[in-house]
Amino acid sequence: MLIESLTLSAVLFTIGVVGVLTRRNAIIIFMCVELMLNAVNLSFVALSKLYGATGQVFVVFTMTVAAAEAAVGLAIIIAIFRHKQSVNLTNINLLKG
Amino acid sequence: MMQINEFTSLFYSFTFYFFGLVAIASAIAFVTRKSPVAAAMWLVNVMFSLAALYVMLDAQFIGTMQILVYTGAIMVVFLFVIMLLNLGTPADLADARGKWGYLAALLVGLALVAEVLALTRENTLDRLIPPDLAAKMAEAAAHPVAGGVIGPIAAPLFKEYLLAFELTSVLLLAAIVGAVVLGKRRTDAH
Repeated sequence: MLIESLTLSAVLFTIGVVGVLTRRNAIIIFMCVELMLNAVNLSFVALSKLYGATGQVFVVFTMTVAAAEAAVGLAIIIAIFRHKQSVNLTNINLLKG
Repeated sequence: MMQINEFTSLFYSFTFYFFGLVAIASAIAFVTRKSPVAAAMWLVNVMFSLAALYVMLDAQFIGTMQILVYTGAIMVVFLFVIMLLNLGTPADLADARGKWGYLAALLVGLALVAEVLALTRENTLDRLIPPDLAAKMAEAAAHPVAGGVIGPIAAPLFKEYLLAFELTSVLLLAAIVGAVVLGKRRTDAH
């Protein structure tokens, strides 16, 4: 099941990348990043069957970082929404040269 | 692949493919939904399927953490923020990008799929298998680590990676402080 797991991981990661590139809603882009993190976690777990449980330790760390990232990112989104009344990235282009 | 595939019964394969296909279908539904709430629910479905796959890959603890932390905590925070922000109806969100976004997504998607095909064709995965895998698995079966499923994860976490584990608490503290500062309303004193 190793090949299947790694392929599924790659497919989910690709779907996440496609979501980031095609959507404009900041919250959905953020959730796509979470999907990519999940895909990488699946790779870690699948390979930990071969190389011992260290891969699962990394998954624990990834989840912690994802939780921290979600908290800070959503706070940023709330701050932006208060400022612009929108989370659509077309309206958030202050840094766009 | 011989040592790894010996435990795959028909039922195991069927369940594995079932949850894998559910995950892919839910992920596709997730990126195509207009409503953020519907997208979040599909993402929860992806995460549940992945939790099932983790359990099937002998990572029961990670599967539990997946449900508790990801679907239980992180996605609830997402849903909370979506409902807090009052984003309006899906029809006027209009959040798909123009043709350049689709083109870039198509190119990246094709490149990644090509990479997967190259990986499976070149037998790279066979070379990933450590040569002493059979000996290691036999030894692990002969001397099970104390603590059941959690023992093998807890031992490296609190020995080799203790520093990283402690630094994680600093990261979480910084994230909490950052979230509170960012989420706080500006006062007039500013």
